[in-house]
Amino acid sequence: MEFSEYIKTANVEDVVLRQPLHPPGRGTLCITGHHLLFSDREEGSCQQVLLLLRNIDAIEKSVENLLTCSGLFSNAGLSQSGVCRLSGSSGTITIKCKDLRVLQLDIPGMEECLNIARSIETLSCLDSMSELYPFFYRPSNASLRDQWGLSSLERHYSQMKELHDRWRLSTVNRDFSVCPSYPQAVIVPKSTDDDMLEKVAKFRQGGRFPVLCYYHKKNGMVIMRSSQPLTGANRKRCREDEQLLQAVIDGSDKGYIIDTRSSQQALQARMTGGGLESKSCYSSWKRLQRQMERGKALQESLIKLVEACEDESNNMDRWLSKLENSKWLSHVQTALSTAGLLAECVERDGHSVLVHGSEGTDSTLLISTLAQLIMDPSCRTLEGFLTLLEREWVQAGHPFQQRCAHSAHSHARLQQESPVFLLLLDCVWQLWRQFPLALGFSEALLLRLATEAYASDYGTFLGNNQQERCALGVKENTHCLFQALLRPRERDCYSNPLYEHTELAIWPSVHPQSLQLWRGFFLRWTPQTHHLEEAQEEIRNMVIEWGKLALSSCPAST
Amino acid sequence: MEHIRLPKVDNVRLLDRISPRRSRVGTLYLTATHTIFVENEAGVRNETWVLHSLVCSLEKQAATASGSSLLIHCKNFQVLNFVIPRERECHDVHLSLQRLSQPERPDELYCFSYKPNIDAEERRPEWDFLDLRADYRRMGLPNSLWKLSSVNQHYKVSDTYPADLFVPESATPPVIVGSSKFRSRGRFPTLSYYSKENHAAICRSSQPLSGFSARCLEDEQMLEAILRSNPHSDFMYVVDTRPKLNAIANRAAGKGYENEDNYSNIKFQFIGIENIHVMRNSQQKMMEVCELRSPSMSDFLEGLESSGWLKHIKAVLDAGIFIAKAVAEEGVSVLVHCSDGWDRTTQVCSVACVLLDPHYRTLRGLMVLIEKDWISFGHKFSHRCNHLQGDPKEVSPVIDQFLECVWQLMEQFPCAFEFNARFLITIHSHIYSCQYGNFIGNNQRERTELGLREKTHSLWSYLWMNRADYINPLYRPDHSQTQGLLRPSTAPYCFKFWRALYNRFDRGMHPRQSVEDYLSAIQEETQQLKEQLASHKQKIAQLEQEQEWSVPQKAVPFDKSPTGWTFCNDMANTPQDYTGGFFTSSPCQPRAPITLQTEESNKTSKSILSNGSDQESGIADVSCRSPLSEDSTRDPDSDEAAYSAS
Repeated sequence: MEFSEYIKTANVEDVVLRQPLHPPGRGTLCITGHHLLFSDREEGSCQQVLLLLRNIDAIEKSVENLLTCSGLFSNAGLSQSGVCRLSGSSGTITIKCKDLRVLQLDIPGMEECLNIARSIETLSCLDSMSELYPFFYRPSNASLRDQWGLSSLERHYSQMKELHDRWRLSTVNRDFSVCPSYPQAVIVPKSTDDDMLEKVAKFRQGGRFPVLCYYHKKNGMVIMRSSQPLTGANRKRCREDEQLLQAVIDGSDKGYIIDTRSSQQALQARMTGGGLESKSCYSSWKRLQRQMERGKALQESLIKLVEACEDESNNMDRWLSKLENSKWLSHVQTALSTAGLLAECVERDGHSVLVHGSEGTDSTLLISTLAQLIMDPSCRTLEGFLTLLEREWVQAGHPFQQRCAHSAHSHARLQQESPVFLLLLDCVWQLWRQFPLALGFSEALLLRLATEAYASDYGTFLGNNQQERCALGVKENTHCLFQALLRPRERDCYSNPLYEHTELAIWPSVHPQSLQLWRGFFLRWTPQTHHLEEAQEEIRNMVIEWGKLALSSCPAST
Repeated sequence: MEHIRLPKVDNVRLLDRISPRRSRVGTLYLTATHTIFVENEAGVRNETWVLHSLVCSLEKQAATASGSSLLIHCKNFQVLNFVIPRERECHDVHLSLQRLSQPERPDELYCFSYKPNIDAEERRPEWDFLDLRADYRRMGLPNSLWKLSSVNQHYKVSDTYPADLFVPESATPPVIVGSSKFRSRGRFPTLSYYSKENHAAICRSSQPLSGFSARCLEDEQMLEAILRSNPHSDFMYVVDTRPKLNAIANRAAGKGYENEDNYSNIKFQFIGIENIHVMRNSQQKMMEVCELRSPSMSDFLEGLESSGWLKHIKAVLDAGIFIAKAVAEEGVSVLVHCSDGWDRTTQVCSVACVLLDPHYRTLRGLMVLIEKDWISFGHKFSHRCNHLQGDPKEVSPVIDQFLECVWQLMEQFPCAFEFNARFLITIHSHIYSCQYGNFIGNNQRERTELGLREKTHSLWSYLWMNRADYINPLYRPDHSQTQGLLRPSTAPYCFKFWRALYNRFDRGMHPRQSVEDYLSAIQEETQQLKEQLASHKQKIAQLEQEQEWSVPQKAVPFDKSPTGWTFCNDMANTPQDYTGGFFTSSPCQPRAPITLQTEESNKTSKSILSNGSDQESGIADVSCRSPLSEDSTRDPDSDEAAYSAS
């Protein structure tokens, strides 16, 4: 394999590994093309740590030469000379993972240390997607011929009989030429034909014309999503776009457009060719501007929050001020209240809503997903939630590859990174806290997803959209995470033992007092979470015991 | 009653604090003990009851076209905003409440009129429910190292100490009396907790009257005696819980702290917990933040930070940890004091006890602990809680901080405590309600003089009778979290804002479903099923013996719907204010009848839950349980509901 050229030192003995929640261990360190493997060789324990290199966000290395006489060579830059391979030299690599774990390796031998550091640096951010681990991962309990994915838009449409009167499945995008970030099939009003769609696509950024994402069975209202209209400075119009939206509210008096930008941002977007739906052209639509943070600002918020969580000053004022200053919880609050507004428009006010920001691939998906969780009980089961994520994030074209390239520790210059998906998981966790019996999945699932989105054995989050995944042959050459999470053993761990189906909408409280820091994720590697995990375990056991007894007391003799 | 200028006002509006658009119209009644608001709405009789003794402050605001507004803040953090149509009426209500909420004499306190027609003989079992001597016996006292001293009988040595005190075996009365003369208010060093595993003890006192140079031989002997009562240890800690600067300032007034040179083998330590005035202001600031109408996340976090409240909670917990570790891990005895030794000292000793001894983490144990460290050692409840009209500078939420420390620990160790947060909140309410005699007066001497045992009821036996409501379903005596010393983290991120207490009455903020209640229901049913199973097995065994196989076993049909499941079906909810008033212009949607499970309402029967109660105040249950009747005829439950749920 060509990875070997990046691996100068593959094995080092006598390495000390320090990791959270475990005592330090001494053993052998091994670097492969995709993994860092540490095996403890101490008597009585056989601790093994297998870390996906992709999970590594940043490393810090420090080398020192313990022999004073060789002080001349103590400069790391001289390590190439080979003279540094003195018995007393050693190095330390601090590994900061995308799942926020921090590991430390004490490696004897300066050269080995530097070699390993270099290998990690290179292999943890390989550019070529086809070299990523999912293409090599071959678990024994699954076959590449297994079903990939949980559903498709075609299946979704065929199951939703109530849609068939007014909505149709369009394959105008079958070769991804109309909208590169949309899946091949989309649901649109019946009265709009594919020619119209092509025209509308030209009027929307990235071709993301309005498509149906949720149908509210109780009143037939829908949530549509798209990107911003390309009105530009000279207020261009697109009749087809207007007709399409008119067709959406057919029979109703009005609809709402929730724009996830501030009015000012939306107006400014005209200067760069974007824009908003004007009142005069879309007279039946009422626009609501709700500013949501996106992109770089969100990434910086995450970085600040993680930095606050790692602050060891033990000072309450400093912690609270850093927590506030990170603004992360404000973003959670805004996301949940915008989603609440969206759901209220549909469920309470009884009108259809179009959601978009600028590109329609981030905050748009965030609030449409949350609104569906609030309103639709079928999204709240384990399968339902995963299917929702598959449809609204993977298939709808959230650019995972770009957004999750780096996490909070990376020193790399920010490009397209933004923790929108993480923000979604945090908001879902808040819902779960407020309605602990209403969601069919556990916190463990959210944590697993948060890890998998950044570094995974599976192909699910590879690429930025369906087009890229098709080109890479993700379906044919990798395994599907969502399928794996539904296998019996995983299902036990990721389902909520307290789950109880309810038809009611679950309206979250968005008061600051009601929202909490997601300790399970942000402080995951502190010892305190252990006690909380024990409590979850206790809950599971209580429910299991009760279930068993209930079962055994069901009249077996009858 | 002579203080009620106006017993009834019609057409009063009760504003919803969170969304002022929603208000309720009804009639306001003033009774001798409660303010009662009865909503006029066809079909439902919603009542809000507020005990006068819980009223903390009253604010009359300028009259507007719609009427005069009266804002009532309660000690249990309930806030009520009434709008009374006529200014004159508002004025009368204001004056009446002002007088009613601030009794001048102890005999006006609610506890003396609460279920009064029960004679002292019947009350005795209530008061005998907790026995402090039994707790000392549990610790292994008296023994060869510590003895029960009668030196303070009739409160002659220290009038704020209890009569029964444990002192080192070698401490003679002259040493004790000598030491007491050298301590503020005569509060000499005495035992608070003894660890029978390693003989280490927690002792408490007030500050020494050392000034800049004074010494007291007996006081030095007293500390020496405490040290010698711990045979395995060659030194002891003296912990001054004040900030060093405060302690130094006290020296100028002839008080101060121990000079390490004068006392043999002590290690002196300052732990900067702020004084009662700082704590009072801090809580006030925090409550202002809690009451903000629609704060942004930043407003809230900034306000929380600048209140300093969590910083103070952390300081108290840190101090408790220091002492608990000294006792459990080092086996070293500790003497704790502050200025008078009844506020910070009490907090820190009791927090250390909770950390050290699993017994104090049980239902009965926490009651005993409060009885011992707080009530018997003379925490000045009457002054700190402002039971009687008094000096506002004496008021301070010292006990609130203790309860919060316990809550913070429960959040870190969900399986370690036998009781739940509802237990703490109920205790909190009753500390301020004056409904029971336990927290009346400032010390044992005052309580004896008031005849509280004969004339009032005890909270502890009430709580014990209703203990099913206060059990933490996750508690198991054999769980690893339950054992021995608790080792909490005090990293700042471990501390949370206690919404369930400080925003207790803002129903919309709380989780809509309760894991705890669900688990309790499951637990109860599991127990029943186990018993059923056992009896079946027994029957089978019997049958086997009798060789009567022809008789088929009739299993009891099992209804697979424990009570915990049902509230889900009743669970409903309405959207929060996401719109910022956007939907007000559209015709108001008929709101579905709302029922929320909450700590009070889920105690009531299902039928109450399913009739249309109000989601924001959750008071429907009250109306069904506490009819307007004479105090004397009420049962204890209805009164409890009356102010804790309204």
